[in-house]
Amino acid sequence: MSKVLLVIQREYLARVKKKSFLIATILTPLIFPAIMGVFVWIAVQEKDSQSLRIIEVLDETDLFFMESSEQYAFTSSVEEVEEGKKMVQDGERYGFLHIPKLDLKSPEGIQFYGVENPSPSLMGYLEGALKRKIEDQKLYAQGIDPKVLKELRTDVSVQSITLGEQGEEKINNANVNYAIGFLSGILIYIFIFVYGNQIMQGVIEEKSTRIVEILVSSLKPFQLMMGKIMGIGAVGLTQFLIWVVLIGTLSTVVMGVLGMQMPQQQAMELANPEFAQATPDSGEVTEILQVISGIDFVTLVLCFIVYFLGGYLLYGALFAAIGSAVDAPADAQQFMFPITIPLIVAYMGLFVFILQDPTSTTSFWLSVVPLTSPIAMMGRISYGVPFWELALSMGLLVAGFLSTTWLAGKIYRIGILMHGTKPTYKILWKWIKASQ
Amino acid sequence: MLQIAQLNKSYENHQALTEVDLFVPKGVVFGLLGPNGAGKTTLIRIVNQIIEQDSGSVELDGKVLSPDDIRKIGYLPEERGLYKKMKVWDQLVYFSRLKGLSESEAKIQIKHWLEKLDIATWKDKKIEDLSKGMAQKVQFISTIVHRPSLLILDEPFSGFDPVNAEIIKNEILELKAKGTTVILSTHRMESVELLCDQVAMINKSRKILDGTIREVKRSFRPEVFQVGIANPTQDLPKEWVPKFSGDAWEFTLPLSGKAPNQLLSELMEYGDVVLFREQIPSMEEIFIHQVKASAHE
Repeated sequence: MSKVLLVIQREYLARVKKKSFLIATILTPLIFPAIMGVFVWIAVQEKDSQSLRIIEVLDETDLFFMESSEQYAFTSSVEEVEEGKKMVQDGERYGFLHIPKLDLKSPEGIQFYGVENPSPSLMGYLEGALKRKIEDQKLYAQGIDPKVLKELRTDVSVQSITLGEQGEEKINNANVNYAIGFLSGILIYIFIFVYGNQIMQGVIEEKSTRIVEILVSSLKPFQLMMGKIMGIGAVGLTQFLIWVVLIGTLSTVVMGVLGMQMPQQQAMELANPEFAQATPDSGEVTEILQVISGIDFVTLVLCFIVYFLGGYLLYGALFAAIGSAVDAPADAQQFMFPITIPLIVAYMGLFVFILQDPTSTTSFWLSVVPLTSPIAMMGRISYGVPFWELALSMGLLVAGFLSTTWLAGKIYRIGILMHGTKPTYKILWKWIKASQ
Repeated sequence: MLQIAQLNKSYENHQALTEVDLFVPKGVVFGLLGPNGAGKTTLIRIVNQIIEQDSGSVELDGKVLSPDDIRKIGYLPEERGLYKKMKVWDQLVYFSRLKGLSESEAKIQIKHWLEKLDIATWKDKKIEDLSKGMAQKVQFISTIVHRPSLLILDEPFSGFDPVNAEIIKNEILELKAKGTTVILSTHRMESVELLCDQVAMINKSRKILDGTIREVKRSFRPEVFQVGIANPTQDLPKEWVPKFSGDAWEFTLPLSGKAPNQLLSELMEYGDVVLFREQIPSMEEIFIHQVKASAHE
């Protein structure tokens, strides 16, 4: 055991002492908010400096009155479609909206002309406005007073509250949960790849420089493999904990100074228009802060550590096995495929199923099967997961990494001493079956 | 010291060792000879407990090999390397601690050896910044720093420049003088003749000969004499193919079952015998002869 500790110590120090580790660890949590901050700033600048876009409207029905907004103004001075088009071509107008005579029951033939492709947000704006007008017209046709219609329109935001087992109430926000699930899922995915690759590179280095022959004359191949996996895992854990502390301090400072929003939050809204739309303008910042402060960060961080370690150990062993089987990183490519697939599946599943509906059957299975659970379950944690599911998932994860480690140990033990043979899956299988 | 009995090891598609018996006494330099693929590395790996034999036994100092014996063995593999990005000092501490030295003991030993081999000023350099010769010295130190009683060197001189090879050779002899047993696996027969007390030869997974250098040479002498005759009194038989060297006619003659004295007295009738010496084969000749002989089996 003390020899494994020596290997862990060497692997750990060799990486942590590197300048690149320090730089990456300190800069990464600064870079993301910084990039997002720059985006927000640019977007704000752009919005401010953007000249009002004038859109010419030719409304043959005379039913629609387009209300101008901060960005778009609507005028109607033309009588002919060709005139409108010409104004756009001459650059007098940003766009030209042509509403032909239409049947309100099935409105068709509305066209927008522009010299450039209109942004989705403009099209959404136009479609939304037209839709509302048509609906109003329909209601009006049914004899409803426009005044009543105006009064009908109300802004509603539903506050979601989850009830704990003891009846305690916790304010939720689907968007915040989404963001946390998204971030932690992606982080695990990146961690597994980055640190798994480090294991593989390390094993290949020892094999190709033939240090391994000296090492295995001093300790068992399995001890060496475990020492390397654990040492590099400790590096990942260190990095993560530094980030937790760094981000914790940073956001406290930032929130204290600004008295309000976290830069990530705003950037998230900007990156995802749906997200922004769903958040009503008034009082939402305080609510989000309330939600964030209501999140059980201890559970979140603990779960992250468990799933990071579990997923890392599970895949790390496989990365070590691949490294031991090949002579050079280039040869590793063919074996990377079966490792990458479940990770990609988990990654896709995170977006397609888990973040959309964390409690669906697919989400359940993705978060329980060990190959995908580290990423999938992290996507679910912030939404709240029943204890038994968490226990099942973690139990299977432990079983999972024990079996991949056992499997990898068998390949590793033989692989590290094999030179000059290009292994195939068939050969790997023989190594697994070989007794010694 | 090292006693190997009936050792067998087979890989999936070939037999690496077949019923190998070997005895290496304490304090000798033992040459392990054989062509590539003969099974030397497999044998060495089994002694180092890197792989396990299928059957047979390996005993060190009268006891079956156990994981604790790792400390007693120093191993310099044929293909070897060091961590390029690690400092000389850290690297040596790491390897010696893996072998079981305590940190304080490791430091004392490493300091001693770095000074002895004249590379103490380089201890804080990374391996990638060292010349090849210096890296080889570091490698050698890493093999012996834990004061093993059995030193296994697989082609120790390959890649060494002549100056360093000489230094290493002297260190090996010094270690031997202090009682270390050395197993030297090599192709370089000149170093075998210089260094080894005993040899064993392995070919095609089997041990084909062993003994002291003298014994081996004696058993392989071809019973041929080198002869020189000056002032011949009669014509030398043509089948002897004599060549005139300026002083004498020289040729080789097999004993053909006669005693050396009998042959000599016969030769004396042809003139003045100025040269009469038995041809002793070099280890290299024996090596090549043996490998060829078993290739025809």
